[in-house]
Amino acid sequence: MNVLTDNFAAFRDGFLKTVELTALSTLLALVLGILIAAFRVSPVPALRVFGTVWVTLLRNTPLVLLFLIVTLGLPALGLKGWDSFWLAVMALGCYTSAFICEAVRSGINTVSVGQAEAARSIGMTFSQTLGHIVLPQAARTAIPPVGSLIIALTKNSAIASGFDVMELGALQKELNADAGYNILVIFLWIAICYLIITLTLSGLFRLLENRMAVAR
Amino acid sequence: MSEVSVTKDAAPVAGDLVALTGVNKHFGALHVLQDIDLTIARGEVVVVIGPSGSGKSTLCRAINRLETIDSGTITIDGKPLPQEGKELARLRSDVGMVFQSFNLFAHKTVLENVTLGQTKVRKIERKAAETKARALLDRVGVGTQADKYPAQLSGGQQQRVAIARALAMDPKVMLFDEPTSALDPEMINEVLEVMQQLALEGMTMIVVTHEMGFARSAANRVVFMADGRIVEQATPDQFFSNPRSDRAKDFLSKILHH
Repeated sequence: MNVLTDNFAAFRDGFLKTVELTALSTLLALVLGILIAAFRVSPVPALRVFGTVWVTLLRNTPLVLLFLIVTLGLPALGLKGWDSFWLAVMALGCYTSAFICEAVRSGINTVSVGQAEAARSIGMTFSQTLGHIVLPQAARTAIPPVGSLIIALTKNSAIASGFDVMELGALQKELNADAGYNILVIFLWIAICYLIITLTLSGLFRLLENRMAVAR
Repeated sequence: MSEVSVTKDAAPVAGDLVALTGVNKHFGALHVLQDIDLTIARGEVVVVIGPSGSGKSTLCRAINRLETIDSGTITIDGKPLPQEGKELARLRSDVGMVFQSFNLFAHKTVLENVTLGQTKVRKIERKAAETKARALLDRVGVGTQADKYPAQLSGGQQQRVAIARALAMDPKVMLFDEPTSALDPEMINEVLEVMQQLALEGMTMIVVTHEMGFARSAANRVVFMADGRIVEQATPDQFFSNPRSDRAKDFLSKILHH
């Protein structure tokens, strides 16, 4: 009756799938989030509008709906051939990028205007000012909320189980179908798997936060 | 008022470096700059004084377009200020700016503060940039602080680093926006001495300040502003001993009698 030892391979595959899904979505969310935050503070009005629309749409749409849009909408638009894993990365990454953008932007707002003015006055361009002066200082305040968002992303990734991705969440359905196991025990092991990922993330972000605090 | 005893002998070289014509600016209903016409010759040291809210800082910041203007033209070395973009960035690198609140890059060491513009904007090699930065830091008297972070320095030291940072770009003109207003009294002189030295070496300078001692000893010309207008321009001797306008007389009577 030991669900973990009997199905160790399934647990391992599900765990690794969730880690992979989380890691790739995080990467996409960070890249897009920082880029959109740059758009939102840029001197070009069109970019600012684009950034605002991006955040408003993605932040206010339920994640399940986003999954439906990418799995049903993209093929309808003729973009076929993406496997369900990459569609999930796209949905999770884009969704979380809206939140990351706002966390980064709040970090940017804590950096005094004088820092950017000094950078501009020695002839740095907008992207140099942002990249060398503002973002490194914004990171200090943005890192704790970004950590929370990535932990939320990890847990949100369970939604992918409903869209044909064989990650941890999907395990429960699979094992439940084979009669005999106690459902609470299945859930307990799945929860422990998620905790391993999220507690590792918490630790990493605490480390990062301490590192940044020293370099002042 | 602090007095710095350096005699001035550098005469301005002919040719206008900065020219403002018919410059107007509003902050909402407030007309902060009203029909400003001002030219600054190469090598000239112009001190802008006036009561707070008179538009002196706005004038200073408009010259490198940290403030945009509503109408009129500003030219630097014959070239009108371009729109925001690469062209403006290039022009700004030729105009040094020193702020009231120092604005040193808080996450960079003193040395990095002075090398950053050289390596990123002028594309100078790191080694050469560091050599130049150390020489400049020595010149402003903070050479031993090179590896510290700005927060570890006193206000006077920070402001001198800020001057070195601006000088590292080899600017054609230096703008000082109330450079000593945020300093403790005992630190004002160390900054003024560096500025005096710069003036002696022939740097073109536009200085917004409340330091009348500096105006007297280092300026070629005093520009007096009130309510968004240039009310009076004169040599320091003329201005301080014999101001023509009532507004200037009133201002001087309030600040010079103690």
